[in-house]
Amino acid sequence: MHLKNLLKIALKSLLKSRMRSMLTALGIIIGVAAVVVMVAIGDGAQVQVEQQISALGSNLIVIFPGSGTTGGVRMGAGSVNRFTMEDVKKIQDETTLIKAVTPIVRSGGQVIGGTGNWNTQIQGVATNYLEIRDWPLALGEFFTDKDIISRAKVAVLGQTIVNQLFPNLDPIGQQIRIRNVPFKVIGVLASKGQSAMGADQDDIIVAPATTVLDRLVGGIYISYMMASANSTDEIDAAQQELTSVMREAHHIYPGEDDDFTVRNQAEITEAATQTSKILTILLASVAGVSLIVGGIGIMNIMLVSVTERTREIGIRLSVGARTVDVLFQFLIEAIVLSLAGGIIGIFISFAAVFILNHYTEMVALINPEIIFIAVSFSGVIGIFFGFYPARKAAGLNPIDALRYE
Amino acid sequence: MGLPLAKNIIKINALSKIYKVGEVEVRALNSINLSIDEGEFVAIMGSSGSGKSTLMNLIGCLDKPTSGEYYLDGINTSSLSKNEYSKIRNQKIGFVFQGFNLLARTTALENVELPLLYDRYRRIKDPARKAIEVLERVGLGERMHHEPNQLSGGQQQRVAIARALVNEPSLILADEPTGNLDSKISVEVFTLFQKLNDEGITIVLVTHEREFAKFAKRIVELKDGRIIRDSIIENRLIGSEELVKIAETFNDI
Repeated sequence: MHLKNLLKIALKSLLKSRMRSMLTALGIIIGVAAVVVMVAIGDGAQVQVEQQISALGSNLIVIFPGSGTTGGVRMGAGSVNRFTMEDVKKIQDETTLIKAVTPIVRSGGQVIGGTGNWNTQIQGVATNYLEIRDWPLALGEFFTDKDIISRAKVAVLGQTIVNQLFPNLDPIGQQIRIRNVPFKVIGVLASKGQSAMGADQDDIIVAPATTVLDRLVGGIYISYMMASANSTDEIDAAQQELTSVMREAHHIYPGEDDDFTVRNQAEITEAATQTSKILTILLASVAGVSLIVGGIGIMNIMLVSVTERTREIGIRLSVGARTVDVLFQFLIEAIVLSLAGGIIGIFISFAAVFILNHYTEMVALINPEIIFIAVSFSGVIGIFFGFYPARKAAGLNPIDALRYE
Repeated sequence: MGLPLAKNIIKINALSKIYKVGEVEVRALNSINLSIDEGEFVAIMGSSGSGKSTLMNLIGCLDKPTSGEYYLDGINTSSLSKNEYSKIRNQKIGFVFQGFNLLARTTALENVELPLLYDRYRRIKDPARKAIEVLERVGLGERMHHEPNQLSGGQQQRVAIARALVNEPSLILADEPTGNLDSKISVEVFTLFQKLNDEGITIVLVTHEREFAKFAKRIVELKDGRIIRDSIIENRLIGSEELVKIAETFNDI
């Protein structure tokens, strides 16, 4: 018999008992909707976590100076300070996967200005610092390349500094003195809050790297560098490229150890996304149980239906239906029930996700993959739980089936 | 010689069927020989337990014999598979059952179309049209969109006869077709059978009521799994005449 006819027969007999078909499909509807919504909530949580992590700095790579050896004693990270502005320039010029790189010249000390004084850290950076750290300005402006070249004494304050020194004042244009060197405040950074480690990221002053080197630190060495990869996917490749450029810049022969260390945030991201992935799996498997319960519901109804329709099966066999025709008829009924349930479930989950996103704090994200998986899984459930009743129906002896009261 | 030799529809040689009930063997059919030609109208008679139902199941290819040969329309059915049995039921045989055996909540038209849906060879190109045609042939053209519960017993049986006809079978096999009908309706049904037989359709009727068997042309009587008599009916009842008689009796009352 042709598939079209089989489908027609299956649909007809499902429509003959609408209420029962609806209730049977309901198990699958609820199961699929639950799985899709749960996975959407999990995915939403994952994206939120990723966003929070990338707010630490987009695709951030940090390059620290390596350890030096003095008479056989290894001195620990940063003991040999060999990064210069030359290195920064080389990375900027010779890498393709690095979007931007900035030197960080670390300094610190007492800052006086406005209505008080405060001990904080000062970072000398390049103009692309904000881009690398994914950190917008709240007020004013950032310094320019001209300021870098001219070693201008300008500073951009973190939110904490503003709170300490200028609680009721517009800080833009004010003078502050950092270790007695006067700086002019030209901008204020947006509040970034605590770091993952609990440090106050807003307790900072940034100024042109050249200015900090010359006026506050003295010397030519920069503390470390921050770079930003083109994309998260390429972060490992970018890191490798950066390493080889740095080895070349520092004339390190093959086989020799690097005199610097490169770190990225992939590890943190991975740990966090791993956590939310586990959460997703947990939610999905709880919901998946209801899908299986739905499948058992289908099997139950199909079994009842086979007994109830024994005579119908006998009639079909007597007019020439083959065993496989009967098998497929019942199998298709089960599959149609569960697939229809799956599709309705998807629509319900769309509605649920819409409500979650618009009327609650939760973020839920439906990805197309899970729709595909849920629908095909509901089809598989139909086949799996429909097979036994269908085989039972197909195995009936036509003589007995015709006599069945 | 004027008449051409009639074609053999059924040819049965030494057919036996043995059921095993626990340790006991029940010989339902005991080495039966029977042949039925095209255009015949044969009544198979016998009391309960005579083996007539078993014979009908074997002729209808619903069951397999224990031994012996059965040729249906020239095909030796003894060596066929289950699927080939289905194909034979679909193409060579039309069943009419005592309990009508129509699909509930399914229109007369859809019931009649059913065998065509299972015809994988699509011998009939336009199933719906063919179904309408046979429904008209049994006089139900007006009622084809009615479901069985909207039809009388006689009408339901005519739907079943239409279903048996739709695949243009070699043989119509009727098992107590009027067992659930009153005598007037029964006569109507036999009138229809006679009409179809006159049109050349071979009919095998299984019944235990001698008076209905007289509508056939030939009676085969079974007892204890053997044929005890095989005779041509001499004073055959003609359906149309019987209907007139019934009408007269009704008027007398």
